[in-house]
Amino acid sequence: MPQTSMPRRTFIATGAAALLTAGTGLVSPLRSQGLAPSTSMRGGANNYRPGAPVVDRIGGGGFMMSGTVRRAGDGAPLEGIRIQIWAHTTEGRESDARSHGATLTNAEGMFQLEMPQIVPTFGQPHGHLAYDSGDFETVFLRPVMASARDTSLAAHFVLQPA
Amino acid sequence: MTVLRAILVWCAIAGIVAVSLAVAAGSEYLQYRRPVYVAAGFAGVIALALLLVQPLLAAGLLPGIPMRAGRRVHRWTGVALLSAIAVHVAGLWITSPPDMVDALTFTAPTAFSVFGVVAMWALIAAALLAGFRRKLRLRPQSWRLSHTTAASVVVVGSVAHAVLIEGTMGTVSKTVMCAVAVGALALTVGRLKPWTGALRGWRRQAGK
Repeated sequence: MPQTSMPRRTFIATGAAALLTAGTGLVSPLRSQGLAPSTSMRGGANNYRPGAPVVDRIGGGGFMMSGTVRRAGDGAPLEGIRIQIWAHTTEGRESDARSHGATLTNAEGMFQLEMPQIVPTFGQPHGHLAYDSGDFETVFLRPVMASARDTSLAAHFVLQPA
Repeated sequence: MTVLRAILVWCAIAGIVAVSLAVAAGSEYLQYRRPVYVAAGFAGVIALALLLVQPLLAAGLLPGIPMRAGRRVHRWTGVALLSAIAVHVAGLWITSPPDMVDALTFTAPTAFSVFGVVAMWALIAAALLAGFRRKLRLRPQSWRLSHTTAASVVVVGSVAHAVLIEGTMGTVSKTVMCAVAVGALALTVGRLKPWTGALRGWRRQAGK
Protein backbone atom coordinates (compact mmCIF):
# COMPACT_ATOMS: atom_id res chain seq x y z
CA MET A 1 0.00 0.00 0.00
CA PRO A 2 1.54 3.36 -1.00
CA GLN A 3 2.10 5.88 1.74
CA THR A 4 2.20 9.66 1.41
CA SER A 5 5.50 10.98 2.66
CA MET A 6 4.49 14.31 4.18
CA PRO A 7 5.88 14.52 7.69
CA ARG A 8 3.57 15.76 10.41
CA ARG A 9 5.83 18.78 11.02
CA THR A 10 5.52 19.88 7.35
CA PHE A 11 1.76 19.38 7.45
CA ILE A 12 1.35 21.56 10.54
CA ALA A 13 3.74 24.26 9.23
CA THR A 14 1.92 24.45 5.87
CA GLY A 15 -1.47 24.64 7.55
CA ALA A 16 -0.32 27.34 9.95
CA ALA A 17 1.22 29.40 7.13
CA ALA A 18 -1.98 29.15 5.09
CA LEU A 19 -4.08 30.28 8.06
CA LEU A 20 -1.73 33.18 8.81
CA THR A 21 -1.79 34.60 5.29
CA ALA A 22 -5.33 33.97 4.08
CA GLY A 23 -7.08 33.90 7.49
CA THR A 24 -5.79 37.28 8.67
CA GLY A 25 -6.40 38.99 5.34
CA LEU A 26 -2.72 39.79 4.71
CA VAL A 27 -3.03 38.84 1.03
CA SER A 28 -6.42 40.34 0.29
CA PRO A 29 -5.97 43.12 -2.30
CA LEU A 30 -9.61 44.12 -1.95
CA ARG A 31 -8.85 45.93 1.28
CA SER A 32 -6.54 48.59 -0.25
CA GLN A 33 -7.44 52.17 0.58
CA GLY A 34 -9.33 53.39 -2.51
CA LEU A 35 -7.73 54.42 -5.80
CA ALA A 36 -3.93 54.63 -5.67
CA PRO A 37 -2.25 57.71 -7.23
CA SER A 38 -0.33 57.39 -10.52
CA THR A 39 3.44 57.40 -10.22
CA SER A 40 5.65 59.01 -12.86
CA MET A 41 7.00 56.57 -15.44
CA ARG A 42 10.71 56.21 -16.15
CA GLY A 43 11.79 58.65 -18.84
CA GLY A 44 8.36 60.33 -18.77
CA ALA A 45 9.75 63.84 -18.19
CA ASN A 46 12.31 63.66 -21.03
CA ASN A 47 12.16 66.68 -23.36
CA TYR A 48 9.37 68.29 -21.28
CA ARG A 49 8.80 72.01 -21.96
CA PRO A 50 7.10 73.70 -18.97
CA GLY A 51 4.31 76.06 -19.94
CA ALA A 52 3.46 74.74 -23.41
CA PRO A 53 0.29 76.57 -24.55
CA VAL A 54 -3.22 75.10 -24.56
CA VAL A 55 -4.05 74.34 -28.21
CA ASP A 56 -7.00 72.98 -30.22
CA ARG A 57 -4.69 70.61 -32.08
CA ILE A 58 -0.93 69.96 -32.33
CA GLY A 59 0.21 70.54 -35.94
CA GLY A 60 -1.92 68.96 -38.67
CA GLY A 61 -3.41 66.24 -36.48
CA GLY A 62 -4.40 62.73 -37.59
CA PHE A 63 -3.52 60.95 -34.35
CA MET A 64 -5.67 61.00 -31.19
CA MET A 65 -4.22 61.18 -27.70
CA SER A 66 -6.85 60.78 -25.00
CA GLY A 67 -7.27 59.84 -21.37
CA THR A 68 -8.85 60.58 -18.01
CA VAL A 69 -7.85 62.42 -14.85
CA ARG A 70 -9.25 61.28 -11.50
CA ARG A 71 -8.56 62.07 -7.86
CA ALA A 72 -6.69 59.52 -5.79
CA GLY A 73 -8.75 57.81 -3.11
CA ASP A 74 -12.38 58.35 -4.18
CA GLY A 75 -11.67 58.32 -7.95
CA ALA A 76 -13.73 61.46 -8.60
CA PRO A 77 -13.24 62.92 -12.12
CA LEU A 78 -11.27 66.18 -12.13
CA GLU A 79 -12.40 69.03 -14.39
CA GLY A 80 -10.21 71.78 -15.90
CA ILE A 81 -6.95 69.92 -15.32
CA ARG A 82 -4.17 70.96 -17.70
CA ILE A 83 -2.37 68.06 -19.36
CA GLN A 84 0.66 68.64 -21.59
CA ILE A 85 1.25 66.21 -24.46
CA TRP A 86 4.34 65.74 -26.65
CA ALA A 87 5.99 63.09 -28.82
CA HIS A 88 8.24 62.43 -31.80
CA THR A 89 5.84 62.71 -34.74
CA THR A 90 5.83 62.93 -38.51
CA GLU A 91 5.95 66.73 -38.08
CA GLY A 92 8.58 67.24 -35.40
CA ARG A 93 10.95 65.84 -32.85
CA GLU A 94 10.23 65.43 -29.15
CA SER A 95 12.29 68.46 -28.16
CA ASP A 96 10.73 70.83 -30.75
CA ALA A 97 8.32 73.43 -29.34
CA ARG A 98 5.81 72.68 -32.12
CA SER A 99 5.57 69.04 -30.97
CA HIS A 100 4.20 70.19 -27.60
CA GLY A 101 0.68 71.25 -26.70
CA ALA A 102 -1.64 71.25 -23.69
CA THR A 103 -5.36 70.58 -23.21
CA LEU A 104 -7.89 70.70 -20.36
CA THR A 105 -10.15 67.97 -18.97
CA ASN A 106 -13.96 68.25 -19.26
CA ALA A 107 -16.54 67.72 -16.51
CA GLU A 108 -16.14 63.93 -16.80
CA GLY A 109 -12.39 64.27 -16.25
CA MET A 110 -11.69 63.30 -19.87
CA PHE A 111 -9.26 64.94 -22.26
CA GLN A 112 -8.36 64.42 -25.89
CA LEU A 113 -5.97 66.22 -28.20
CA GLU A 114 -5.38 65.61 -31.87
CA MET A 115 -1.71 65.57 -32.90
CA PRO A 116 0.43 64.33 -35.81
CA GLN A 117 1.11 60.58 -36.16
CA ILE A 118 3.59 59.33 -33.54
CA VAL A 119 6.73 57.72 -35.03
CA PRO A 120 9.06 55.38 -33.08
CA THR A 121 12.03 57.18 -31.56
CA PHE A 122 14.76 55.81 -29.31
CA GLY A 123 13.53 52.32 -30.15
CA GLN A 124 9.85 52.59 -29.16
CA PRO A 125 6.69 54.28 -30.50
CA HIS A 126 5.67 56.28 -27.43
CA GLY A 127 4.07 59.48 -26.25
CA HIS A 128 4.62 61.75 -23.25
CA LEU A 129 1.99 63.34 -20.98
CA ALA A 130 2.47 65.59 -17.99
CA TYR A 131 0.43 67.02 -15.15
CA ASP A 132 2.54 69.79 -13.60
CA SER A 133 0.22 72.59 -12.38
CA GLY A 134 0.85 72.48 -8.65
CA ASP A 135 -2.54 71.65 -7.07
CA PHE A 136 -1.72 67.95 -7.22
CA GLU A 137 1.56 66.02 -7.18
CA THR A 138 3.36 66.22 -10.55
CA VAL A 139 3.00 63.10 -12.75
CA PHE A 140 4.81 62.29 -16.02
CA LEU A 141 3.44 59.40 -18.12
CA ARG A 142 5.15 57.68 -21.06
CA PRO A 143 2.66 55.26 -22.69
CA VAL A 144 3.96 52.93 -25.42
CA MET A 145 1.89 52.08 -28.52
CA ALA A 146 1.14 48.39 -29.08
CA SER A 147 1.95 48.95 -32.75
CA ALA A 148 3.68 51.80 -34.57
CA ARG A 149 0.68 51.74 -36.96
CA ASP A 150 -1.81 52.69 -34.22
CA THR A 151 -3.52 56.05 -34.74
CA SER A 152 -4.51 56.63 -31.13
CA LEU A 153 -3.08 56.26 -27.65
CA ALA A 154 -4.59 56.64 -24.18
CA ALA A 155 -3.13 57.47 -20.77
CA HIS A 156 -4.87 57.84 -17.44
CA PHE A 157 -3.93 60.00 -14.47
CA VAL A 158 -4.87 59.48 -10.81
CA LEU A 159 -3.68 62.59 -8.99
CA GLN A 160 -2.77 63.01 -5.34
CA PRO A 161 -3.52 66.45 -3.81
CA ALA A 162 -0.23 68.26 -3.18
CA MET B 1 36.22 23.18 -53.78
CA THR B 2 37.90 25.44 -51.23
CA VAL B 3 37.62 28.33 -53.67
CA LEU B 4 33.92 27.69 -54.10
CA ARG B 5 33.47 27.51 -50.34
CA ALA B 6 35.35 30.79 -49.88
CA ILE B 7 33.20 32.52 -52.50
CA LEU B 8 30.01 31.20 -50.87
CA VAL B 9 30.99 32.28 -47.35
CA TRP B 10 32.08 35.77 -48.42
CA CYS B 11 29.03 36.26 -50.63
CA ALA B 12 26.76 35.21 -47.76
CA ILE B 13 28.35 37.67 -45.33
CA ALA B 14 28.44 40.51 -47.87
CA GLY B 15 24.84 39.75 -48.86
CA ILE B 16 23.53 39.79 -45.29
CA VAL B 17 25.29 43.10 -44.55
CA ALA B 18 24.29 44.73 -47.87
CA VAL B 19 20.62 43.71 -47.57
CA SER B 20 20.44 44.86 -43.93
CA LEU B 21 21.91 48.27 -44.82
CA ALA B 22 19.64 48.60 -47.87
CA VAL B 23 16.51 47.77 -45.86
CA ALA B 24 17.52 50.25 -43.12
CA ALA B 25 18.25 52.91 -45.76
CA GLY B 26 14.72 52.46 -47.12
CA SER B 27 13.03 52.88 -43.74
CA GLU B 28 10.15 55.36 -43.66
CA TYR B 29 11.31 56.56 -40.22
CA LEU B 30 14.46 58.17 -41.67
CA GLN B 31 12.54 61.13 -43.12
CA TYR B 32 11.48 62.19 -39.62
CA ARG B 33 15.01 62.11 -38.19
CA ARG B 34 17.81 64.65 -38.07
CA PRO B 35 21.02 63.67 -39.91
CA VAL B 36 22.85 63.10 -36.63
CA TYR B 37 20.16 60.61 -35.50
CA VAL B 38 20.31 58.85 -38.89
CA ALA B 39 24.11 58.60 -38.60
CA ALA B 40 23.83 57.23 -35.04
CA GLY B 41 21.37 54.56 -36.21
CA PHE B 42 23.55 53.46 -39.11
CA ALA B 43 26.63 53.37 -36.85
CA GLY B 44 24.69 50.81 -34.80
CA VAL B 45 23.89 48.71 -37.89
CA ILE B 46 27.55 48.85 -38.99
CA ALA B 47 28.67 47.79 -35.50
CA LEU B 48 26.33 44.79 -35.68
CA ALA B 49 27.75 43.95 -39.12
CA LEU B 50 31.30 44.04 -37.74
CA LEU B 51 30.23 41.60 -35.01
CA LEU B 52 29.54 38.99 -37.72
CA VAL B 53 33.19 38.77 -38.78
CA GLN B 54 35.03 39.87 -35.63
CA PRO B 55 35.02 36.48 -33.83
CA LEU B 56 35.68 34.52 -37.05
CA LEU B 57 38.77 36.66 -37.75
CA ALA B 58 40.21 35.83 -34.34
CA ALA B 59 39.87 32.11 -34.98
CA GLY B 60 41.07 32.20 -38.58
CA LEU B 61 37.75 30.76 -39.66
CA LEU B 62 37.16 33.12 -42.57
CA PRO B 63 38.25 31.58 -45.86
CA GLY B 64 41.29 33.29 -47.36
CA ILE B 65 42.34 34.89 -44.05
CA PRO B 66 44.47 32.49 -42.01
CA MET B 67 44.77 32.89 -38.23
CA ARG B 68 47.90 35.08 -38.33
CA ALA B 69 46.50 37.61 -40.81
CA GLY B 70 43.07 37.28 -39.19
CA ARG B 71 44.38 38.42 -35.81
CA ARG B 72 45.91 41.52 -37.43
CA VAL B 73 42.63 42.39 -39.16
CA HIS B 74 40.79 41.51 -35.91
CA ARG B 75 42.61 44.38 -34.15
CA TRP B 76 41.54 46.85 -36.81
CA THR B 77 37.93 45.66 -36.90
CA GLY B 78 38.04 46.03 -33.12
CA VAL B 79 39.08 49.67 -33.52
CA ALA B 80 36.34 50.13 -36.14
CA LEU B 81 33.80 48.60 -33.74
CA LEU B 82 34.84 51.03 -30.98
CA SER B 83 34.55 53.95 -33.41
CA ALA B 84 31.10 52.83 -34.59
CA ILE B 85 29.84 52.60 -31.00
CA ALA B 86 31.37 56.02 -30.20
CA VAL B 87 29.42 57.54 -33.14
CA HIS B 88 26.28 55.61 -32.09
CA VAL B 89 26.37 56.87 -28.48
CA ALA B 90 27.49 60.43 -29.33
CA GLY B 91 24.85 60.76 -32.07
CA LEU B 92 22.07 59.56 -29.78
CA TRP B 93 23.32 61.90 -27.06
CA ILE B 94 23.05 64.88 -29.42
CA THR B 95 19.61 63.69 -30.59
CA SER B 96 18.09 63.48 -27.10
CA PRO B 97 20.42 64.08 -24.12
CA PRO B 98 17.91 63.10 -21.39
CA ASP B 99 17.14 59.74 -23.06
CA MET B 100 20.86 58.97 -23.38
CA VAL B 101 21.55 59.95 -19.76
CA ASP B 102 18.76 57.56 -18.68
CA ALA B 103 20.30 54.78 -20.77
CA LEU B 104 23.85 55.28 -19.48
CA THR B 105 22.70 55.44 -15.85
CA PHE B 106 20.50 52.33 -16.25
CA THR B 107 17.31 54.29 -15.50
CA ALA B 108 15.76 54.09 -18.99
CA PRO B 109 12.25 52.59 -19.30
CA THR B 110 13.44 50.26 -22.09
CA ALA B 111 15.20 46.93 -21.51
CA PHE B 112 17.22 47.24 -24.72
CA SER B 113 19.03 50.26 -23.28
CA VAL B 114 20.39 48.09 -20.47
CA PHE B 115 21.59 45.43 -22.92
CA GLY B 116 23.18 48.07 -25.14
CA VAL B 117 25.04 49.83 -22.34
CA VAL B 118 26.25 46.52 -20.83
CA ALA B 119 27.52 45.50 -24.29
CA MET B 120 29.27 48.88 -24.63
CA TRP B 121 31.15 48.47 -21.34
CA ALA B 122 32.04 44.88 -22.23
CA LEU B 123 33.41 46.16 -25.55
CA ILE B 124 35.50 48.75 -23.72
CA ALA B 125 36.76 46.03 -21.36
CA ALA B 126 37.68 43.73 -24.27
CA ALA B 127 39.45 46.62 -26.03
CA LEU B 128 41.39 47.60 -22.90
CA LEU B 129 42.47 43.98 -22.43
CA ALA B 130 43.69 43.98 -26.03
CA GLY B 131 45.35 47.40 -25.84
CA PHE B 132 47.22 46.75 -22.59
CA ARG B 133 47.92 43.08 -23.16
CA ARG B 134 51.69 43.43 -22.60
CA LYS B 135 51.41 45.77 -19.61
CA LEU B 136 48.81 43.62 -17.90
CA ARG B 137 51.19 40.62 -17.85
CA LEU B 138 48.34 38.15 -17.52
CA ARG B 139 49.07 34.51 -18.30
CA PRO B 140 48.10 33.97 -21.95
CA GLN B 141 45.37 31.54 -20.96
CA SER B 142 43.83 33.99 -18.45
CA TRP B 143 44.04 36.84 -20.95
CA ARG B 144 42.33 34.77 -23.62
CA LEU B 145 39.53 33.65 -21.30
CA SER B 146 38.96 37.26 -20.08
CA HIS B 147 38.94 38.70 -23.59
CA THR B 148 36.62 35.98 -24.91
CA THR B 149 34.25 36.39 -21.95
CA ALA B 150 34.03 40.16 -22.51
CA ALA B 151 33.57 39.60 -26.25
CA SER B 152 30.77 37.10 -25.59
CA VAL B 153 28.96 39.68 -23.43
CA VAL B 154 29.38 42.17 -26.30
CA VAL B 155 27.74 39.81 -28.81
CA VAL B 156 24.91 38.57 -26.56
CA GLY B 157 24.20 42.08 -25.23
CA SER B 158 24.25 43.64 -28.70
CA VAL B 159 21.94 40.98 -30.13
CA ALA B 160 19.40 41.45 -27.31
CA HIS B 161 19.73 45.24 -27.76
CA ALA B 162 19.11 45.03 -31.52
CA VAL B 163 16.25 42.51 -31.41
CA LEU B 164 14.22 44.53 -28.88
CA ILE B 165 14.55 47.84 -30.75
CA GLU B 166 11.85 49.12 -33.06
CA GLY B 167 13.91 51.18 -35.45
CA THR B 168 15.01 51.45 -39.05
CA MET B 169 16.29 47.87 -39.45
CA GLY B 170 14.02 45.31 -41.11
CA THR B 171 12.77 42.53 -38.83
CA VAL B 172 13.93 39.67 -41.08
CA SER B 173 17.37 41.05 -41.97
CA LYS B 174 17.96 42.03 -38.34
CA THR B 175 17.03 38.56 -37.09
CA VAL B 176 19.29 36.91 -39.68
CA MET B 177 22.17 39.20 -38.75
CA CYS B 178 21.75 38.52 -35.04
CA ALA B 179 21.52 34.75 -35.61
CA VAL B 180 24.73 34.79 -37.68
CA ALA B 181 26.50 36.92 -35.04
CA VAL B 182 25.60 34.42 -32.30
CA GLY B 183 26.55 31.52 -34.60
CA ALA B 184 29.92 33.09 -35.41
CA LEU B 185 30.63 33.58 -31.70
CA ALA B 186 29.62 29.98 -30.87
CA LEU B 187 31.74 28.61 -33.72
CA THR B 188 34.77 30.64 -32.61
CA VAL B 189 34.48 29.81 -28.92
CA GLY B 190 33.93 26.14 -29.78
CA ARG B 191 37.06 26.14 -31.94
CA LEU B 192 39.38 28.13 -29.65
CA LYS B 193 38.13 26.63 -26.35
CA PRO B 194 39.52 29.56 -24.33
CA TRP B 195 38.75 27.87 -20.99
CA THR B 196 41.07 24.86 -21.31
CA GLY B 197 44.41 26.42 -20.44
CA ALA B 198 42.97 28.87 -17.97
CA LEU B 199 41.21 26.20 -15.93
CA ARG B 200 44.30 23.98 -15.87
CA GLY B 201 46.33 26.90 -14.59
CA TRP B 202 43.86 27.68 -11.82
CA ARG B 203 43.74 24.07 -10.73
CA ARG B 204 47.51 23.90 -10.61
CA GLN B 205 47.68 27.09 -8.56
CA ALA B 206 44.96 25.86 -6.24
CA GLY B 207 46.80 22.54 -5.77
CA LYS B 208 50.01 24.19 -4.61
